[in-house]
Amino acid sequence: MENKRLELSNSQLKWEILFKRILIAMSIILVLIIIGVLITLILESMPSIKSLGIGYLWGKVWDPVQNIYGAYPFLVGTLLTSFIALIISVPFSYAIAIYLGEYNPKGWLSDLLKNTIELIAAVPSIIYGFWGLFVLVPVIRTLEINLHILPYGVGIFTASIVLAVMIIPYGASLGITLIRMVPSPLKEGAYALGATRFEVIRNVIMPYTRTGLFAGVLLSLGRALGETMAVTMLIGNTSAIASTFKDIIFGPGNTMASVIANEFTEADHTLYLSALIELGLVLFFVTVVINLIGKRIITRFTNN
Amino acid sequence: MEAKIGTRNIKSLIFKGVVIFFAFVITIPLIIVLLYIIKQGVTEVNWHFLTHVPAPPGEKGGGISNALVGSFIMVLMASVVAIPVGIFAGIYLSENPRTKLAYYSGLCVDILQGVPSIVVGIVVYFWVVKPLGTFSAIAGSIALAIMMLPIIIRSTEQTLKLLPDSLKEAALSLGVPYHRVILKVIVPCGFAGILSGITLSVARVIGETAPLLFTALGNNFFSLKITGQMESLPHVIFTYATSPYDDWHDLAWGASFILLVFVLTLNIVTKVITRKWKIQL
Repeated sequence: MENKRLELSNSQLKWEILFKRILIAMSIILVLIIIGVLITLILESMPSIKSLGIGYLWGKVWDPVQNIYGAYPFLVGTLLTSFIALIISVPFSYAIAIYLGEYNPKGWLSDLLKNTIELIAAVPSIIYGFWGLFVLVPVIRTLEINLHILPYGVGIFTASIVLAVMIIPYGASLGITLIRMVPSPLKEGAYALGATRFEVIRNVIMPYTRTGLFAGVLLSLGRALGETMAVTMLIGNTSAIASTFKDIIFGPGNTMASVIANEFTEADHTLYLSALIELGLVLFFVTVVINLIGKRIITRFTNN
Repeated sequence: MEAKIGTRNIKSLIFKGVVIFFAFVITIPLIIVLLYIIKQGVTEVNWHFLTHVPAPPGEKGGGISNALVGSFIMVLMASVVAIPVGIFAGIYLSENPRTKLAYYSGLCVDILQGVPSIVVGIVVYFWVVKPLGTFSAIAGSIALAIMMLPIIIRSTEQTLKLLPDSLKEAALSLGVPYHRVILKVIVPCGFAGILSGITLSVARVIGETAPLLFTALGNNFFSLKITGQMESLPHVIFTYATSPYDDWHDLAWGASFILLVFVLTLNIVTKVITRKWKIQL
């Protein structure tokens, strides 16, 4: 009897140790994935880093046939699409955050709106791209004809519009949570002093949540920078950079993600491929830094 | 400086109006997109469409059976890898929040959540496709599994953190070994939360195209070989949407409709699970 119990506890102990080891191993796997991603990207972009140097980032010409590689057109394309999308999306995501956080936090209407916004994030980007290609592009083309611009239809502006819709939920859902966290004594105090609702929002809620809402903007920027499929289908995919500002905004372009998506499987020599991977490396660094800053701000905000 | 209360009230009302306008206007693009996809896609979908492979351009008919089966196989394989890893890692993070390893793997989850899906595609290309020498469904599944991990880990971690400590203490005080406490008490209690994380992650990756571009690629024929190229729903949409043939566009609308139905269903399931769970708590 004694012996049996001892054996049992021994085997249980073994299982317990094994279980703990499995847990630790699974967490280590995560760290290994990230380190692996980083090492793979750096190693594979080494040929391009070595032979093109840092000047690669502002080289203006991308011509794989002549073996000339410059990332500048893609950096411009990525920054432009993301920032236009951000500018369009911010009023919407702030409005949603204020409406669902302050004006109407409960009830069926607020539930409905909240679910709809979550649905916007759920629709796959390929579907936005496909829809944009067949519905939005003709609309933009007519608009461009009326504005006397070359009617490409596809281009940086078109991609930005779709991108704006896609990133609204990220800023909004965080904003809702943050605005609901504003302590009610603060708001009540302002009301007691005779402030109107608008004044409470502007002078109490906004200052209180400013950094948090900024973090939401950062997170949606991170999304926008890395978004691939919808942008690839709508941006027109030209690696040449237009001369006038109007042509840059409305004309076709390319982002870092879209050029990788388009040319990766076609890249037929080492330097070409590794130049593309270096773009991926830059994209990885930029999105990681933006995301971590955003997350850091949010953690600090919610802990206070 | 101090305006009359009347003008201040009007200002407040105008602001409310503007906020409501912007908040609701955003539902319009979603409704337009959904209605358009349904209108274009629903007429394409029939039994023939679901059970046949794509027809060459110019020929009527054809379907997306290869993409349906391919998506199913790849998401299934990705889930088989990502669910256990994700749940165990989530358990570790919620059980040992203060260790160094938890800090670094938590950081890695955050990073992984922000990594653009196209970068995952590149990396898996060098990890799997290049060594094997061919694009394959295995590579596609690994890419999808990496995309699923952060969602499953975070939902597991957050669900388990919400459970009261007394639950675990009660079980431990009865002499139940640690691993059984976790697997038989803690995990079943947080089951709904973990499940909702899983359905959400599946909903997310079933529409992912970018990581599949360099891994599973695509396949015009019906294939069950996991070491070979395999078609998937989002990839079939991408190829046919950007093709010049009208017949293929129709095929892509039908595929978009099916994909949308999958994604929306999975999201609704997630909603139902979380709602039910919150009531129970």
